[in-house]
Amino acid sequence: MSIDPINFAAILAMGALTYFTRILGFLIADRLPKSGPVRVALDALPPAVLVAVIAPIVMAGPIEAISGLVVLFVALRLPLIATVAIGVAVAALLRLAFL
Amino acid sequence: MTSPLADFRAGLVAVFPTVAAAVPFALILGQQATAKGLTPAEMLAMSSIVFAGSSQLIAVGLWSMPAPIAALALMAFLVNLRHTLMGASLSGKIAHFGRLRWLAAFLLTDEAWALSERRAIDQPISRTFYFTVALTMFFFWQTASVLGTVFGTYLEHPEAWGLDFAFPAIFIALALGFWKGARRSGPVLLASAVVAVVVHATVPGAWYVIAGAIAGIAAAVITAPRATAATDAKETTR
Repeated sequence: MSIDPINFAAILAMGALTYFTRILGFLIADRLPKSGPVRVALDALPPAVLVAVIAPIVMAGPIEAISGLVVLFVALRLPLIATVAIGVAVAALLRLAFL
Repeated sequence: MTSPLADFRAGLVAVFPTVAAAVPFALILGQQATAKGLTPAEMLAMSSIVFAGSSQLIAVGLWSMPAPIAALALMAFLVNLRHTLMGASLSGKIAHFGRLRWLAAFLLTDEAWALSERRAIDQPISRTFYFTVALTMFFFWQTASVLGTVFGTYLEHPEAWGLDFAFPAIFIALALGFWKGARRSGPVLLASAVVAVVVHATVPGAWYVIAGAIAGIAAAVITAPRATAATDAKETTR
């Protein structure tokens, strides 16, 4: 159990810049107007970020696209944990069958 | 308002699927780190100080001895820049946290952010809810990444088990909660998805999340009903 000083310096540098990305949004938001186009933009941000994370993953191939569609329909009816379990199972079974 | 105990339980229920999704990746992270010569103590330090999954996985992939400090730090910055957008959106919703906001920011992850934004649709985000979610993620991420330095070898091909699909499944399910009808949400989702896919295919690195998100919010602003803008203007001049 030991920590190399250069490794630790790299970890600290990564941590410092990561924390900066995390507080930067808070610092910016405090200075933004609370109405008008900026308000509209901030309201749209959560779904926009989520979709930007999801889209390239589900467009990666037919198995991912089908699993994504299954999740979309299941999520309308079932709680999150069941949705995740079904999504994982569908992806695993499709890969077992076709890869 | 709900009681702290109810918020604590709601937080645990909400975070459970994301913990189940994160643990296999933390185990793999630990295993990869060991393969690169990092010690369990260094793994624990990285998971505690950086605490950002995808940047940690990429960092371990880039790691060499001696560590390329500048390259690792710049990569972490670019990969985690999406947190800035998340923080900007979350900030007003947790303004009542006071100074605890700076701790909340340290514990901000994609999962804690998405679960909190989803909760904010129905009710205010309490300190109890946020920190139950964020600290539970933190605890399991530390523990599993360190355990991975010992046991991670047993989980070398997560995609064969479909485990890599757990996170997209969570995010798809959460994204549904933000649907406000085709008129308002359609342009946002379409712009975000198309730009994210195109940038992901053409530009290396993690820019696609930022590009897609900006395209999405731009679409929201452009297609927003003018009446809303007028009402807001009246409110500010009043």
